[in-house]
Amino acid sequence: MSTVTPAQQRIPRPRTGGSYSTPRDGTPDSHGFATRPYDLVKEFVIALVVVTLATVGLSLVFSSPDEKAISMRDWAIAAPNDVVATATGELAGTTTSATYGPPYNTASDGQKLGPLPLQKWGGVRIPVDSARDLVVTPLSTGASDPALRAALGIWNSTPAARQTAWATAYADALAKAPDGDPAKVPTGDYGPVPRMAGSFLTLARGGGLEGELTSSGNFYGGDQTRSLLLLSDGAFLEDQARARHLGGDQWGMMNETGNYPGQPWMWLYTFWYQIEPFSSSDNADALVWGLMMVLSAALVLLPFIPGLRSIPRWIPVHRLIWRDYYRRHPATPTPAAPAAGSAPPPGPA
Amino acid sequence: MTARTTDTTTTGRAADERNWTVRLRTRLEHTVPPGQALPDRQPVYVASWIYVFGVLTLAAFLVILASGGILAIGGAQWWHTSGTGHFVNSLHLWSVELFFAFMVIHLWGKFWMAAWRGRRALTWITGAVAFLGSIGTAFTGYLTQSNFDSQWIAGQAKDGLNAVGIGAYFNVLNPGQMLLWHVALLPFVLGVLVVAHIVLVRRHGVVPPIDATEE
Repeated sequence: MSTVTPAQQRIPRPRTGGSYSTPRDGTPDSHGFATRPYDLVKEFVIALVVVTLATVGLSLVFSSPDEKAISMRDWAIAAPNDVVATATGELAGTTTSATYGPPYNTASDGQKLGPLPLQKWGGVRIPVDSARDLVVTPLSTGASDPALRAALGIWNSTPAARQTAWATAYADALAKAPDGDPAKVPTGDYGPVPRMAGSFLTLARGGGLEGELTSSGNFYGGDQTRSLLLLSDGAFLEDQARARHLGGDQWGMMNETGNYPGQPWMWLYTFWYQIEPFSSSDNADALVWGLMMVLSAALVLLPFIPGLRSIPRWIPVHRLIWRDYYRRHPATPTPAAPAAGSAPPPGPA
Repeated sequence: MTARTTDTTTTGRAADERNWTVRLRTRLEHTVPPGQALPDRQPVYVASWIYVFGVLTLAAFLVILASGGILAIGGAQWWHTSGTGHFVNSLHLWSVELFFAFMVIHLWGKFWMAAWRGRRALTWITGAVAFLGSIGTAFTGYLTQSNFDSQWIAGQAKDGLNAVGIGAYFNVLNPGQMLLWHVALLPFVLGVLVVAHIVLVRRHGVVPPIDATEE
């Protein structure tokens, strides 16, 4: 900052096509004040150099996190029983994605914001049939095992109700088996489901599942919707995330892997998920989003909101910011005696 | 009499007023007072360290654009396989962290100054929308990292966006869509907002102290 040099030089006012009138809130035109020399370009160049050096320094010292993405093969090797249980759940229609509702399917209406079914209104624009798209189709593509082809033939020729009964029975049996181990499941009426789920594990373990899920018949498969839905339907991804303190109830939305700051600017959004009624509500996401939309609108429109816009006058932090000016102008009214014109809303900018 | 002389007549001025180019030029010329686009003088009350955080935010924004541009040259997977790429990614990450730190301080400073006074409401609005837009831009950046963080954040974020119907159009599970939002759409919108914000600051000048009177 330069030394203050009182000068009577004035800055030209903006030309608006007419005379420049005083705003309704009584704030005088900044162009009517005395000025002092100020090198804006020099200030910017110094700021750019400082920020660049700080960025380079932080990067050299702390680097950045890059924990490898979990592959389907990683999942199959680390938690094979979870893969089998997830595939069975997809066939039974009991996984998160299978029961999700819009935008993937019509299994439910999804969350509501009060009486507003916003999720339903969004529509099923990314259709996903969890049993077909996440399990049966990947298994069918290039299936060379005769036993698997026979199992798929039986599955595809069976009515949906029977398919669901088989898969549900097998899912229940897996849940009761020690460690969910398929080898310890007692004999039962599961139809072709055990064969399909076992082959699904083999496909994932061999590393071929990603391609079947992401390509969707397109050489340039770049959409991970199906593979991420499948991975999220299992327990393995969440277990890994919670071990890294990334769970929703662990302030996880503003964290990232490793000891890095993550997204601290998401603190308020994350905060609501930690407290009632949001933390236990079935409509928590819709409620938090609705609340954040209202708060965001309040931030943007703050100049027009009576009360909120007066807080800076009531809590005079500005006396600290402009302490030099107020010291030189002791006659300036204090916040306890607001100047005329402070109450009306601001005029158009 | 020449045509130029004719243009100075009342008829000529009326024609000028109907000329879109002349009207746009006049509008642009009058947006910022003469000499105030890059002023070499400021009002005497501009004397606090809080003013530095606006220009620091702008500087960090440029470092973000530069590091992000280099990452774009290398491609979406480059930073996973190259030490240089990983370092550039670190530059991108830390410039974003600094950007938000500076911007939040700048925002709080402007709040306590009630900087929307004196026809500056639109200046505040463009700044606040830029802040919210920056959060969205950073969010899409986390989704396009193609690592464990991306997988987990996408899986969690989809529920919030789907719950209010946005996820039907803005699919966080599609990294191709998120990458385009992150490197093209959102930076463009943010750039326009930043330019508009700065032009408005230069147009109206720095807000005077609360209850100050012209000298």
